[in-house]
Amino acid sequence: MITKENKKLAQWAMEYALKNGCQASRVSLYNGSSSSFEIRDMKIDRLQQASENSLVIHLFVDGRYGSFSTNRLDKQELEKFIRNGIDSTRYLAEDKARTLPDASLYYKGGSADLQLLDPKFDSIQPDDKVALAMKTCEEMMGKDDRIISANSSYSDEKDFKYMVASNGFEGDACGSSFSLVASVSIRGEGDARPESYWYDSSLYYDTLMKEGIGVKALERVFRKLGQKKIASGKYTMIVDNMNSARLLSPVIDALYGSSIQQRNSFLLDKLNQQVIGEKITLMDEPHLIRASGARYFDGEGVATKKLPVFENGILKTYYIDTYTANKMDMEPTIASPSILALQPGDKDLNGLIASADKAILVTGFNGGNCNSTTGDFSYGIEGFLVEKGKLAQPVSEMNVTGNMLTLWSNLAEAGNDPRTSSSWRIPSLVFEGVDFSGL
Amino acid sequence: MKYNRRDFIKTGGMVMLGSLATPSFLGSCTGNTADKAAGISFALNHFGLSENDMKKVLSAALEKGGDYADLFFEHSYRNNISLQDGAVNHAYSNIDFGMGVRVLSGDQTGYAYVENISLDDMLKAAQTAARIANSTATKGPVKLTEEPIVNNFYGVQTPWDEIAVKEKTPYLQKLNDAIFALDKRVQKVMASLGDMTSHILFCNSEGQMYYDYRPMVTLGAVCIMEDNGKIENSYASRAFRMGAEFLADDIINEVAKEAVDKTSILFQAIKPKGGEMPVVMGAGGSGILLHEAIGHAFEADFNRKNTSIFSDQLNKKVCNEHINVVDDGTIPFNRGSVNIDDEGIEGQKTYIVKEGILTSYLHDRISAKHYGIRSTGNGRRESFRQMPIPRMRATYMEAGNVTEEEMISTIKKGIYASSFTNGQVQIGAGDFTFFVKDGYLIENGKLTQPIKDINIIGNGPKALANITMVGNNYKMDNGTWTCGKDGQSCPVTCGMPSALVSKLTVGGEN
Repeated sequence: MITKENKKLAQWAMEYALKNGCQASRVSLYNGSSSSFEIRDMKIDRLQQASENSLVIHLFVDGRYGSFSTNRLDKQELEKFIRNGIDSTRYLAEDKARTLPDASLYYKGGSADLQLLDPKFDSIQPDDKVALAMKTCEEMMGKDDRIISANSSYSDEKDFKYMVASNGFEGDACGSSFSLVASVSIRGEGDARPESYWYDSSLYYDTLMKEGIGVKALERVFRKLGQKKIASGKYTMIVDNMNSARLLSPVIDALYGSSIQQRNSFLLDKLNQQVIGEKITLMDEPHLIRASGARYFDGEGVATKKLPVFENGILKTYYIDTYTANKMDMEPTIASPSILALQPGDKDLNGLIASADKAILVTGFNGGNCNSTTGDFSYGIEGFLVEKGKLAQPVSEMNVTGNMLTLWSNLAEAGNDPRTSSSWRIPSLVFEGVDFSGL
Repeated sequence: MKYNRRDFIKTGGMVMLGSLATPSFLGSCTGNTADKAAGISFALNHFGLSENDMKKVLSAALEKGGDYADLFFEHSYRNNISLQDGAVNHAYSNIDFGMGVRVLSGDQTGYAYVENISLDDMLKAAQTAARIANSTATKGPVKLTEEPIVNNFYGVQTPWDEIAVKEKTPYLQKLNDAIFALDKRVQKVMASLGDMTSHILFCNSEGQMYYDYRPMVTLGAVCIMEDNGKIENSYASRAFRMGAEFLADDIINEVAKEAVDKTSILFQAIKPKGGEMPVVMGAGGSGILLHEAIGHAFEADFNRKNTSIFSDQLNKKVCNEHINVVDDGTIPFNRGSVNIDDEGIEGQKTYIVKEGILTSYLHDRISAKHYGIRSTGNGRRESFRQMPIPRMRATYMEAGNVTEEEMISTIKKGIYASSFTNGQVQIGAGDFTFFVKDGYLIENGKLTQPIKDINIIGNGPKALANITMVGNNYKMDNGTWTCGKDGQSCPVTCGMPSALVSKLTVGGEN
């Protein structure tokens, strides 16, 4: 947790920087602790515990900017660290766009507690953590002769942050998270040993799913047996809710001010234009209570607010931080997204599959990349051929290739099943006319 | 391209880092610190430790009956300067300091780390890690003996902490200017220069103690060009375990030319028609094929657990008898080299495939004990925050005797892959992929139309067996390759002569 001493140290570091040549400064102090217990075949394989802290200081010196971080929080060492940082910064080129945010944009405090920290965090005993992971492993262990290895893990962490800036910002944030994972390897055809997994994660211990994760991992691995690649061609693509966010990620990357300013974005000069399908409305909802990703301020202290990212396919927001705002003479928005929620449809994944005459359901991506200036992408996939509303054949070793804007313009339907444990709440998605490469 | 830490399936992969944040304070260390004579006494002084403290911590680590314990002390400082819009306008530095205690009990691991290395804190960490074992106490070492670095693969002439920011900024500026001078279509350049220096002190319950001084430098440039309203970008980089003697003009010219060439070709490039076809892997970065198709699956943690597709293949023929594949920690100044790995085993050159036979997995201590052999020195970790696991170093295929032209001339319709950004593999299923940033179509035995931005997917054992020709043009790729596994990043490299894989699935349009 952030103690009074921590706060004093961060404030001292900022003052020290100001006294030694900085005209402005921002300091963040972080600490936290974590533990994990991994079980393999009903035996503890690894246990790990740690606590750590760090300090990051941003120095604005004579129109120049540097940022410096350390986990050495001794005052004498910090003095030298900060003085060296100031010296280094002085040798850089002047850049008038490097400033702290306008103080009027800062989060001023006083909002309701986001409830991101489980008050029970410290009372959960290591033996209970191990028992939970063991129980998950037991759900898989010995359930089938083809199982080679059954693994489970429990892990938790809590993080605290305190930030202070010389033009009047002070804020803190904290959070906890718990996760339970099951993974299992089985003997497949030939030498292949297919593997699958399932997991749950939660900000609160009590709401962490504690049963059925091993069972689900088993179910997911056995349905992979008999995977093969099928004929290349255009197919309808259904992507499940574990993987749909992957397809949104390059679109969000293209909205960062740094990408726009460097002309390294396929969404350059597209603000307020219809760039993707009308069915798509994507909101940034930063203030949801007890939700992963919720926050009142961004990395610069700027207050977050509910923002439309796409409204009926029209691009409404770039992520403009102070630097890019100054550089491009634009109004700043926010440095990065918080909780992204895509407007859901009314069917679950089974419903989407049942409605498909012929499609490929993607249940996992394997490598691949997207060109940031053109939006052209190509990813490896595995999943299932869907025929007449049913899973007909497991598929693997195939690629899906296209362009992000075309893909998202061809979104036919969104499911009703976003994973609310994730900060990107993207449901299962159906896209028409996607190029798959196989045989 | 971020490595996804929440990837629960056993995958491994590597990426060419687009930029590498990398600092130089606590200036008490000098370039001579890798000297044998300066070694341990320097290190103990640097970390403020005594041998006696270390022995106490090792004993505490074994108080629950662990078989083995080690202590890993790290002090790393990174510096990074970056250029955009024609000016070096951001500096970043980081200091990381701490120690990790590991206890092994059979193949089980207990691990804890602390950032404050007071005796009390270290003892607490040791007691936490000790809990993995549950029997009667064993003792720590009676005596710690310094094991000098016999072969220093990355001796430093000018330590990075003797070089101030003002001496580095003109270097990036020159790189920027060189890129702009090469092509009028260049619109933007983003370049960065990172250096990192790590002091590593290690000791274990077997009485071994060593000190290693590890330098690293990375230089990279993203080039963005505009041609007739179309925008394209590409990237070139170099990384070495070297001191500031790295800062030479010839590297600037190499990187500038590569960045511009790799970007300009994209304006003519198309996406090919997808499907199964022969693929000629160009010399150099094509080593990504080895890293993904076989390297990860040869890491012995997966094999001792029987979860790798190669688990039953040791000492069996896996490919053409002309093929030799090496994982090497001994190449001077290579980004993947290790004098001593992160659990006290000397750096080695390991043949993983010799004359077509799978001759060795890549071992850490746990797997070496499991197989009853000596570790190959592949036990590596990202930092004191993580336990060591088997990792690759520099992975490459030795040269064959075919020219690249001959290879291409045998193909009626296929793909030539030149440069790569990232790859991934599923260890158990064996399906691996790599992303081709640029390359060519092969039509009737000749390179024709440039291609770009396609993923290639294959299955490890099949792809290895389908390597039918190996070129005489071996080349190491010294880019900023970084490998991800179990949430840990590790610097690696890869190399290849040109090679023909008779069948892979190429992404594309239909």
